[in-house]
Amino acid sequence: MALSKEDVRHIAQLARLALSEEEEADYAAKLSRILGLVDQLRQVDTQGVVPMAHPLDMAQRLRPDVVTEEDCRDLCQQNAPRAEGGLYLVPRVID
Amino acid sequence: MQGDDRSIAELARALRERSTSSRELVAASLARIERFDGALNAFITVTPEQALAAADAADARLARGEGGPLTGVPIAHKDIFCTRGIATTCASKMLANFISPYDATVVERLAAAGLVCVGKTNMDEFAMGSSNETSFFGPVRNPWDLERSPGGSSGGSAAAVAAGLVPAATGTDTGGSIRQPAALSGITGFKPSYGRVSRYGMIAFASSLDQAGILARSAEDAALLVEAMAGFDPRDSTSADLPVPHYVAELGRPLAGRRIGVPPEFFDAGLDAGCAARLREALDVLRQLGAEIVDVSLPHLGLSVPTYYIVAPAEASSNLARFDGVRFGHRSTAASSLEEMYKRSRQEGFGAEVRRRIMTGTYVLSTGYYDAYYLQAQKARKLIAEDLRRAFDRVDVIAGPTTPTPAFRLGEKTDDPVQMYLNDIYTIAVNLAGVPGISVPCGFVDGLPVGLQLIGPAFGEAAVLNVAHQYQCATDWHRRRPADPPAGVKR
Repeated sequence: MALSKEDVRHIAQLARLALSEEEEADYAAKLSRILGLVDQLRQVDTQGVVPMAHPLDMAQRLRPDVVTEEDCRDLCQQNAPRAEGGLYLVPRVID
Repeated sequence: MQGDDRSIAELARALRERSTSSRELVAASLARIERFDGALNAFITVTPEQALAAADAADARLARGEGGPLTGVPIAHKDIFCTRGIATTCASKMLANFISPYDATVVERLAAAGLVCVGKTNMDEFAMGSSNETSFFGPVRNPWDLERSPGGSSGGSAAAVAAGLVPAATGTDTGGSIRQPAALSGITGFKPSYGRVSRYGMIAFASSLDQAGILARSAEDAALLVEAMAGFDPRDSTSADLPVPHYVAELGRPLAGRRIGVPPEFFDAGLDAGCAARLREALDVLRQLGAEIVDVSLPHLGLSVPTYYIVAPAEASSNLARFDGVRFGHRSTAASSLEEMYKRSRQEGFGAEVRRRIMTGTYVLSTGYYDAYYLQAQKARKLIAEDLRRAFDRVDVIAGPTTPTPAFRLGEKTDDPVQMYLNDIYTIAVNLAGVPGISVPCGFVDGLPVGLQLIGPAFGEAAVLNVAHQYQCATDWHRRRPADPPAGVKR
């Protein structure tokens, strides 16, 4: 399956990536090669096969709904590109 | 100056007998890093001050007779494991300035066992690569030939151990990222079963495949360290609540009566003739040790590369959605709106291969393609896992190659992602099925190391380590060392 530049632009939008124009062409070619590789699977007869999401046969564990973590907000916010007064700052979203 | 050739068990014994000190071992490790890492680029961060302080603390415990069996032994961590107060970059510009507020369970448990961390090793960006060339911090060089790749993604850990900078290092393996670099760098690399070692604090790539393990110089060293890392962790929802066997105690078991399966699919046209010859010699050794070599078939093995390159990118595209430039990680300064900030931060922060995988993953999960790609891949995954499960009804361990060829040249496969992906053909099925695997050195082709892969059933690490150790008792390939690289050269 060959991807067009328009396909690439659409996927990049879904993935929130700002590809440049030259990259769109390069990605169209390389992703088409990758899809060519994975397209082999389309021919495989998988009728009646139960999809395997995970190697372990286990159910989601539950834990008591109690606080277990210490407050590390200040420590965590030291990694924030912009934080102020305990809040994360982002560009204005409402005019 | 030569690297320390002693095993982890010998180092630990010398420490307990006080014939060496942790400060001495850690200082020697730091000195070799200082001298040779300019040529190798195996480390992203070296932490001499913290390491020497931890070594002194270990020596104090040993002096009081309080040390455990691993107290004072140096180790390095792949830079995918969160280390409190120390940069944790995942070899990405995205996390170049990230200081983890907490320790990964693996880091915490190895520190509790007394191991002293000397630094964080280089890797493919977000573990996405098979050559260590996708690192934001530059490629790692193979100590056996500096023009060649050490493999990836745990290439820094592999090169650091192969060159004798540290006796062992942690790694992670999503599609072969411990076993493949171990094979190409001439060391031992062990990936336990999915769920055996906690993934808490290990930066996620593909959550249904990721597993932590060890790169070391022998199966015995790997067994000692994995025992210290493994076990149930309530902080990882996929951690298996099973007791960890005493792997070291099982190592000495003779191979008489062990059934070792050899699938013809592992010896296909893609396998280099020289590698195939080394592997047949290795199988002869195992036979002479009393193991019975049995034909087994893995008919769906050929589906593992396409299956993996749907499942892994799909999970990666979801896991990496968290990198949005808001709470941590790189933020673009060129954006005026929130949407622009997300897109530019991700575009600038991720390298080309990571973006390619996010794009592939996004596509195979998108409306209209989910059933044809992702669901079909999950079904193919089941067929591959069932092949292995059936084979383990008949044999204890499966043997084969780790890689199709010895180490390839840096730059050789970077232009074509598909060529790079095909290099993972023999390692991927193990991750898809969630079973344990090890790569051990089994000889050389044109001066480059070749790896023998041994695979076990789920939670059957003990058998894998036992066969690997018995092989290493009968051979000395794992004792071969490359010449030291030129000192102090910063490439």
